[in-house]
Amino acid sequence: MPFIPHTPTDIDEMLKVIGVANVDDLFDEIPAALRVSGLPGIPEGLNEMQIGRLMSERARQDGRPLSFLGAGAYEHHIPSAVWAITTRGEFYSAYTPYQAEASQGTLQLIYEYQTMMASLTGMQVSNASLYDGGSAVAEAALMAARAHRRSKSLRVLVPQALHPNYRKVAISTAGNQGMRFEEIAYQRESGQMDLAALKPFEGQDITALVIQQPNFFGVLEDVDALTDWAHSQGAFVIAVVNPTSLAILKPPGEWGTKGADIVVGDGQPLGVPLSSGGPYFGFMTTRMDYVRSMPGRIVGRTVDLDGKQGFTLTLQAREQHIRRGKATSNICTNQGLLMTAATIYLSLMGPVGLARVAEASHQRAQELVAALTRVKGVRLAFGGPRFHEAVLQFDRPVGPILRELEAQGLQGGLDLAEFHPELGPALLVCATETKTAADIERYALALGEAVRNARAA
Amino acid sequence: MSQVAQDIRYTKSHEWARLLPDGTVEIGISDHAQGALGDLVFVETPDVGRAVATGEACAVVESVKAASDVYSPISGTVVAVNAELATTPELINQDCYGRGWMMRVQPKSASEVEAMLDAAAYAAVLAAEGG
Repeated sequence: MPFIPHTPTDIDEMLKVIGVANVDDLFDEIPAALRVSGLPGIPEGLNEMQIGRLMSERARQDGRPLSFLGAGAYEHHIPSAVWAITTRGEFYSAYTPYQAEASQGTLQLIYEYQTMMASLTGMQVSNASLYDGGSAVAEAALMAARAHRRSKSLRVLVPQALHPNYRKVAISTAGNQGMRFEEIAYQRESGQMDLAALKPFEGQDITALVIQQPNFFGVLEDVDALTDWAHSQGAFVIAVVNPTSLAILKPPGEWGTKGADIVVGDGQPLGVPLSSGGPYFGFMTTRMDYVRSMPGRIVGRTVDLDGKQGFTLTLQAREQHIRRGKATSNICTNQGLLMTAATIYLSLMGPVGLARVAEASHQRAQELVAALTRVKGVRLAFGGPRFHEAVLQFDRPVGPILRELEAQGLQGGLDLAEFHPELGPALLVCATETKTAADIERYALALGEAVRNARAA
Repeated sequence: MSQVAQDIRYTKSHEWARLLPDGTVEIGISDHAQGALGDLVFVETPDVGRAVATGEACAVVESVKAASDVYSPISGTVVAVNAELATTPELINQDCYGRGWMMRVQPKSASEVEAMLDAAAYAAVLAAEGG
């Protein structure tokens, strides 16, 4: 069916039928004080030719640097088949279809996605994806408050080494719904969440403890001890994980004695290109006990009248088109296209392939750290075990060094000055399976020169 | 035609209440309500100890096609909930005035139950709704 917008004549006719003078009058129940006239700072629309040119120029500005930047978005090899299949007409939509059951193929794909995510995280159920890692953390906090019937405090403990953007999104989304986020410091030697910093909270009503594995510094947390501590205090455990790492790390469902309660993260590493920061997708899995408190769509497998396998949206009664204002969440959609790419990526890689990606990334990151810390004036910030990122400390500000590397076509990592000034000049670096020994050598040489120049300046 | 039990009281929103010998009030949803909802798949009951006010949404019944709030017909404190509903919500479909009870409330004042609709008045409400 073609999409044809209403013509001015159509609109006039419709207004006449309902007896309204103009479209603005339809919004007159919104108080004038709350209406925005115009959007300052937003330019007029551009046509396709203009926007095409603008975007090509922007893309050229990005350049094609050799990148050692991670910090939540990771450059992995994406097999060509992933996007060749994802962009087929049968899949090429951003949405779960409104008449969902008419698209059995789409529903089966979502079902396969859910099955893979539940298996990867060691949990029982998955939704059909969320917007991104940050919004998934916010939704997990809200979900914990709904699902945890004994906790009334709406207090969530988050590590200081949680991704800063995730914390910001969680606060701006859930903070206005009464949830409070309190920070737990990390140990300066290891970079891990400090168990001693949790002590003061013992005996208090805490809704949930967030554990990010690996944390923002790339350091692996003592997830078993943290999970058991949270459960001993009657708090839920929200695991924030990198999906690639789960191919070689213990799944959150097996953390501690009881396992995490809600698992979320950003799915970008699974076949989604960096694309200057998005769109990515978030994932969420949980135990069957809490499925009714989980936001988002869920696809289930069933049989039709003839006993043949079929797929269907399930547990829709908790969603807003049925429960209206009392819905579990206002999230009733998913990142369909990105989730499709991830499903195809995972099925092409398989468990063995994903583990090889994770192992190679870990190996490359170890080599990177070894090479960069040989540079005089550069040292490793934390002694805790790592996955594929690390924080390096410098004796000079990082900004000028990064700019010098950039001039040589190198994206050296994330300057932590804005996020963790307490570390002094510090840089978060990452290497994945996409980096070769020669790439690492090139970075180490360039960094050595940049640091020498900075010290001479 | 929906069944209306004679010995208990009702609300216009299709809850029922039964004053028990121990002074607590048992609460559930009417046969009309369970019939309109269809096969129930999930029931969310309030926490024991919770204070509820008359007309306050305190439970949720979810069927294959809809989810509805259940409103407390009286003010008081929840003293018990029907734990069987967690695994067998269909008890409400099968026996809404008996084994399908949802919660027991210690009322603030017993007279609130008296003020509710009796069976005849509730039957009239259903008739007016066309049910």
